[in-house]
Amino acid sequence: MSSAEATSAIDIDRSVGDFSYPESHEFDAGIGLTDKTIDYISDVKKEADWIREFRHRALKTFRDKPMPTHWASEDLHEIDFDKIRYYLAHGQRPTRSWDDVPDDMKETFERLGIPEQERKFLAGVEAQFDSEAAYSNVKESLEKEGVIFVNSTEGLREHPEIFKKWFGKVIPTSDNKFSALNSAVFSGGSFIYVPPGVKVSHPLQAYFRINAENFGQFERTLIICDEGSEVMYMEGCTAPKFETSTLHSAVVELVAMKDAKIQYITVQNWSANVFNLVTKRGLAHENAEIRWIDCNIGSRLTMKYPGVVMKGRKARGEVVSIALANDGQHQDTGAKMIHAADETTSNVISKSISVGQGRSTYRGQVHIPKHLKGCKNNTECDALLINTKSKTDTYPAITVRGNQHATQHEASVSQVSEDQIFYMKQRGLSEAEAMSLSVNGFVNDLVREFPMEYSVELKRLIDLEMEGSVG
Amino acid sequence: MSIEISDLHVSIGDQPIINGLNLTLPKGEVHAIMGPNGSGKSTLAKVLSGHEDYEVTGGKVSMDGVDLLEMEADERSREGLFMAFQYPHEIPGVTNANFIRAALQARLPKGEELDAVGYYKELYAEMDKLEMDRKFTGRAVNEGFSGGEKKRNEILQMAMLKPSYAVLDETDSGLDIDALKVVSEGVNRMRSPERGFLVITHYQRLLDYIVPDVVHVMKDGKIIRSGDKGLALELEERGYDWVLDETAA
Repeated sequence: MSSAEATSAIDIDRSVGDFSYPESHEFDAGIGLTDKTIDYISDVKKEADWIREFRHRALKTFRDKPMPTHWASEDLHEIDFDKIRYYLAHGQRPTRSWDDVPDDMKETFERLGIPEQERKFLAGVEAQFDSEAAYSNVKESLEKEGVIFVNSTEGLREHPEIFKKWFGKVIPTSDNKFSALNSAVFSGGSFIYVPPGVKVSHPLQAYFRINAENFGQFERTLIICDEGSEVMYMEGCTAPKFETSTLHSAVVELVAMKDAKIQYITVQNWSANVFNLVTKRGLAHENAEIRWIDCNIGSRLTMKYPGVVMKGRKARGEVVSIALANDGQHQDTGAKMIHAADETTSNVISKSISVGQGRSTYRGQVHIPKHLKGCKNNTECDALLINTKSKTDTYPAITVRGNQHATQHEASVSQVSEDQIFYMKQRGLSEAEAMSLSVNGFVNDLVREFPMEYSVELKRLIDLEMEGSVG
Repeated sequence: MSIEISDLHVSIGDQPIINGLNLTLPKGEVHAIMGPNGSGKSTLAKVLSGHEDYEVTGGKVSMDGVDLLEMEADERSREGLFMAFQYPHEIPGVTNANFIRAALQARLPKGEELDAVGYYKELYAEMDKLEMDRKFTGRAVNEGFSGGEKKRNEILQMAMLKPSYAVLDETDSGLDIDALKVVSEGVNRMRSPERGFLVITHYQRLLDYIVPDVVHVMKDGKIIRSGDKGLALELEERGYDWVLDETAA
């Protein structure tokens, strides 16, 4: 194998997530997006009028907003909104036992290892299949403490007094075109409430699975941690390899009340034709802490900039992200840190890897207004290029007004050199093993931030990705 | 059992560097290759280990009867060929312990897992012999290492991988006398009837510690003279010009 062949990335083995079962949906909103689509979804979910109206207004906002191609990738024009199916479901209520989940879905999640993980280390699981959760369960002990862990339909229907107050408040419908789209057609996602002082010791997990072609998944997640409470939430995502493009456009809102802590971990492994356009933001009150740990592997285009609005004194926000862009993929990721109170602290650490003709982009926004004092931001972004065709770019926007703040920004670009690969090959490692080890070395310090089970999974995904990339 | 190099021709770009080199390195022997700068010594090491920048334009190289030139660098390694690099590369973020472990794992059949307990036991024992601190296992490969630490690390990897043939490319360069002794002792401990060494060096000094069975002098991409260890001493005394003049005469 010559080095030219070795570095041209081709056909990725996504054997783990690449399988699907024949469709047989009881509920199907059809192809395309009109007011009728919205009414269909609202009818099926038996929603309150305010939600139906919220959806219709959002659809109008979605139509009015232009594609953000003036700053983002032209590739967005490849999404044909008239050819997408917006709602597909088998039923309206998730079961509480895996035994009651329909066989094909159960088998899907078993192949992805979800029930096994639940037994081993999770406090609660929600497993979404296309538009609705097929399974949802939380440990009885947590339920007794008042922890709510349900899907969005159930959350809005059964606990409006808790969720209505914050729903759409952290991320308004009009935030961007895709948050508007999600607000119009959202289905599924998690609604979590942790009462004051309750510290959930084991992670809650959601798994989002796309099984249908030409489909759009629009889950909506809202997590509220009341005063002094703590929760760790993890999400995993996969889809099979289809010929046509698929859209995943989620909205995730977090609210951490005084002294609360939320940790939100994402390990996504979308197949290479998924447009992954997600809006994620948290609101941190006094002395609260919100951490986003975000791993983006796969997809055709990911646009995702998790943010924290630090609204209360001494609030803390953090984004730790890893992105891997293989051939034909663009990972456009970053962070938004909005300081809105004194002595707030934010930290952004981003590592991206570009393989073959893959492209990774970092966009960061840090905003510290003039009237505040004692705010701190640290931003580090490091890019690793696997060969010369790979591309990386960085757009940091740090706006700091006033002179009572401390900010720090570091960026680096490094390359896995042919000599480094040769050194490793001389010790007996194949080209793919050598690249894999180099990439794992690059992200090593960030992976330590992950719970063990997830760092093993991440390493495995990187290995698979690099195996495919050297053909 | 030997490495057989016959009529080897190597170019980089259009530039011929090795021009009809012949050499037999049997198991159990230590051969030294000496020569002035630019004689092609390091090129020979890289070609043997399979570096892709060098084009073999003629000749044959076999290792225990197997055609070496047909193999990728990593296959050659797994078949038992080791090279101690003149300038060992850094691998940021990858710890020494993980790197050596990955190299050993690559030698096992698919599905078989390296025994971690046994591995660390052996690793620590070899590190002790090379007077290396335990902290070394957690440091990234060659990152921020001194010249001496890098060379010790090469010898440690060799001790762990137990090759049939080892090529040491200017292992003495950049070493002070204490480090040179430790590294040489590391090589000497591994000398055995089951292993051949090709020691490439510019200076005779190294051969005081690693005493060769045969000394070859290389010039313009060829071996121009071979002899016993006395040849190295004579070179030290009389310089390369002496052997060049003699050959020309």
